Amino acid sequence: MRESRLWFWHILTAVVILFLLGLHMGIMHMGTLVQALGLGSTHPTASAEVFERSRQFFFMITYIALLGTALFHGLYGFRSILCELSLSKTLQKAIGRLCTAAGFALFLYGTYVAVRVFQMKGV
Amino acid sequence: MQHRYKNNLGLWGWLGGGRYGADRYAYALHRLSGLGILAYFLMHIFVTGTRVDGPEAWESAMHFFENPLFRLGEFLVFLAFLYHAVNGIRLVLVELGLLVGKPGLPSYPYSHSVIRQRPVLVVAMVITAVLVLFAGADFLFLTK
Amino acid sequence: MSTSKESGKMKTIVFEVLRYDPEKGGTPHLQEFTVPLHKGMTVLDGLHWIKEHEDPTLTWRSSCRMGICGSCGMFINGLPRLACTNQITHLHSDRVVIKPLPNFDIIRDLVPDLESLFDRHRSVKPYLIRRDRIEQNSPTREYFQSSEELVNYIQFAYCIKCGLCLSACPTVATSEDYTGPQALTQGWRYLADTRDEGTEEHSEELYSKHGVYRCHFAGACSQVCPKGVDPAMAIQLAKQAAFLKSMGLCKDKPGAPVTPPIDNWVSEKEIPKPPEPTVARES
Repeated sequence: MRESRLWFWHILTAVVILFLLGLHMGIMHMGTLVQALGLGSTHPTASAEVFERSRQFFFMITYIALLGTALFHGLYGFRSILCELSLSKTLQKAIGRLCTAAGFALFLYGTYVAVRVFQMKGV
Repeated sequence: MQHRYKNNLGLWGWLGGGRYGADRYAYALHRLSGLGILAYFLMHIFVTGTRVDGPEAWESAMHFFENPLFRLGEFLVFLAFLYHAVNGIRLVLVELGLLVGKPGLPSYPYSHSVIRQRPVLVVAMVITAVLVLFAGADFLFLTK
Repeated sequence: MSTSKESGKMKTIVFEVLRYDPEKGGTPHLQEFTVPLHKGMTVLDGLHWIKEHEDPTLTWRSSCRMGICGSCGMFINGLPRLACTNQITHLHSDRVVIKPLPNFDIIRDLVPDLESLFDRHRSVKPYLIRRDRIEQNSPTREYFQSSEELVNYIQFAYCIKCGLCLSACPTVATSEDYTGPQALTQGWRYLADTRDEGTEEHSEELYSKHGVYRCHFAGACSQVCPKGVDPAMAIQLAKQAAFLKSMGLCKDKPGAPVTPPIDNWVSEKEIPKPPEPTVARES
């Protein structure tokens, strides 16, 4: 059943996001803790650090995976909320299609960015 | 002519917890935090996309978001993430039928799945609170 | 009683009841009544007192006055409850605010239109479906079922269709398409029944776009259920079953067979004889 499959992906992506976003947030927001443990830095958004990370293969793959899973999880959740508003059948279908289209478009754009920056030579 | 009165609670029905249990509030907060994170995330894709135009473009984008209002907004999104993540773990377990117990013979006084998983909700909220406190300390420390 | 007002010797309590006249339409309004309180008085008793002594036009729906029929579901002091099983003193308030169940249209005063509940209920095909229709329609014997298998669904079969769960559900509040906790529970009740062979028929609505996946475990349905049916559990179990099935961890079992005829049946213990009559029969 279609809805069952979508929901399983919703749960599966939730678990994946938990790890990937946990890593991302650990680096970006728990700077003091990360540094206290002797890892990372307190200036994760400084351009030198951002570009250094972006040119590592591990981070490129992580960015793309996080982008894909987060887009699916977020947009499915968004569709769920809109599906529960007693909207007309055509409108609900249109919302579903729009979410799918937006998801793919954003995924392609984000992947393009991640790959382009990965390929950039020294800054 | 007989008129019917439409009595659907509408949006207030899911936003307002009323006299129902804590789970109902957790549900509303989960949705709101999810919507907040999604809004930020969609914006985030484009902001981090400025990397394509080189370090100068990135620096100017970061400079734009340096004012305290944006920093506070970002911090709120982070709190939403903490709540959504920890409560989400509970929901995944519950919705896969792991914490709801087994059906039994209904004998008075009735027990039910929501009561049975309530301790997990309490634990999740305590973990969230600890993480929020830590993140808050980190946030204040960093923005000094 | 500290929770009720004293006026003279008779303890009284204030009822605030929502009134709506379908002939006039407009917005419903609250009307106050002062009702004398006696020990063990239920909210339903209070309504009866008002109808007898104060206002005979006050309308509600009730029947069995003992929590069996599910007619008197009302929104009492902020929660959907049965008027007959809730004593006034147990509400711990000297005001009883009674409104008709939310999420249903109001027909008159406290009478909700439960048609949407029955439509939802019908949509999950809440009856035993067997492949062998001839055996089902003119049965030769019963279907096999152990008492352990019975426990898997008997709790959900206690539903009295009072509509309290639908009033409490936040998804029902915004969605007319959602199958709702009551119907989803009944769908699962048949899926969990070993005698049933209609997995596909029940699943169609249960796992649709507006089925179990629109439940996000707000838990209000189980909290207000007067019969301990626990719709929230049934819905999560339905999700679990679909998940396990898609992972190949559990398979559909064939429906329970018809018990074969038993010849030479002997009881394990001797069946006791009825006691002697204590009153002599008239000849």
